[in-house]
Amino acid sequence: MLRVDQVSKRFEGDVAALHGISLDVARGEIVSLVGTSGCGKSTLLRIVGGLDFPSLGQVWIDDEAVRAPRPEIGIVFQEPRLMPWLNVADNVKFGLEGFPRALRDELAAEAIHKVGLEAFAGALPKQLSGGMAQRVAIARALVTRPQILLLDEPFSALDAFTRTKLQDHLLTIWAETRPTMLFVTHDVEEALALSDRVIVMRGQPGRIHRDYAIDLDRPRQRSSAQFQTLKERILGDLDLGPES
Amino acid sequence: MAISASSLTRWRRTALRLPRGGGQTNLRILLRGLILPLLLLLLWELGSRAGLLPPNKYSSPSAVFREMWELAASGELAGHILITLYRVFLGFVAGTAAATVLGSLTGYSKLIRELLDPTIQALRNVPSIAWVPLFIVWLGIYETSKITLIAVGVFFPVYLNLMSGIQSVDRKLVEVGRMYRLSGFRLVQRVLLPATLPSYLVGLRSGLGLGWMFVVASELMGASRGLGYLLIDGQMTGRVQVVIGSIVLFAILGKLTDVALARLSQRFAGWQDSYKSTETGDRDAAR
Repeated sequence: MLRVDQVSKRFEGDVAALHGISLDVARGEIVSLVGTSGCGKSTLLRIVGGLDFPSLGQVWIDDEAVRAPRPEIGIVFQEPRLMPWLNVADNVKFGLEGFPRALRDELAAEAIHKVGLEAFAGALPKQLSGGMAQRVAIARALVTRPQILLLDEPFSALDAFTRTKLQDHLLTIWAETRPTMLFVTHDVEEALALSDRVIVMRGQPGRIHRDYAIDLDRPRQRSSAQFQTLKERILGDLDLGPES
Repeated sequence: MAISASSLTRWRRTALRLPRGGGQTNLRILLRGLILPLLLLLLWELGSRAGLLPPNKYSSPSAVFREMWELAASGELAGHILITLYRVFLGFVAGTAAATVLGSLTGYSKLIRELLDPTIQALRNVPSIAWVPLFIVWLGIYETSKITLIAVGVFFPVYLNLMSGIQSVDRKLVEVGRMYRLSGFRLVQRVLLPATLPSYLVGLRSGLGLGWMFVVASELMGASRGLGYLLIDGQMTGRVQVVIGSIVLFAILGKLTDVALARLSQRFAGWQDSYKSTETGDRDAAR
């Protein structure tokens, strides 16, 4: 359903960020993009989301070219990016402009329920913890019931415990409506715990180095031998090696 | 060593109680702030009664109060206060209106900023009192020149805060707006305007402060009514208690209008998560 076709990106000043990226993502698939910083994985995500434009190539969603942000795409950024003057419910409703009020309330209540923040619907962002704020951001992305969810290192700023909890939570949410997910991360274990496929990006400009299909059953046992073997192989791809 | 459940509960209760009990604490802060002025008033009164402070220079709190009371009873004082308030209000409205239009334009558009801002910044460097002779030549000695001078004083802080407020809106929040396909007016209304409001309100507060400064300047330079005139009149007629009373009235009126604006800020910009906002919040509560 999502096709990235020979996408290259050069920024002003002729800095090449991406080179000849091609990628097909099936409906309902969870695909992670991993790579060291500077390999262009976030840029790729922004291009898919219509926030940046490719210098060459094209992104397609069901045979429609992406040229601007589209309603069937929801994005979660590395930071929650909540409007500090709106409470949780109003932040979640931010993306529902133009909907009738009753529907807005209903969709927002549903999304807030999905991330388990009913008790904080009236709270301001400054009153939330980092993990809670990021859950609000996820609810805001989910509220339009997007077919595609783009996540740009959404948990990287959180502590390890909260991160693991939110990863599980994300899978639960995904299981309900099965949106297609493109997940950018630099945490190999996170990619392995979540994804059907892990795509390793490398270089500057970034290229796709390897594409792993992850055939492990969910929920995934992070301590299992297969999980650890895959993790070491991917870390090897990134020249990070085991135990580094 | 394990922490017992009961001590944990006790600790939690104490922790929870801390931010509460605010009413009492605020009252205490208020009273603490009153100690010094009350002490000074007392010493001043005692000093003048004991003859240590010559009354023609230093007057005394009771004399000031008596004089102002008489002025108030005759209805004269209300007239002075009203005309001064009227000037500050009109100047504030005019200066704010001009600053809002120009500040929005220069904040939003790089081209307009490059065209206008250097000139505005250059004019800002003219000490505002220097405008007085020019305004009197252009606009006469009556209300128009006074209100224009006040408007000039109000203009600059409002303009600067609004422009820099718009420019410093978080690009990442604007991007969230773009993500939901907001553009033009909708983007301004949903993201830029609310994000700019706090610094705009700061601008309004400092603008109002300057408005009070310039109303005195304009009234000192030729007026037949107003608190500034009362100051000069007190000096000319050797009634130091009128001078002191006018100064006190300026302090009270300036403070009251500032508190009103501060309340407004708290209402509309209370969502800010910063040290400064909590600090002013506490101070406001203490007033």
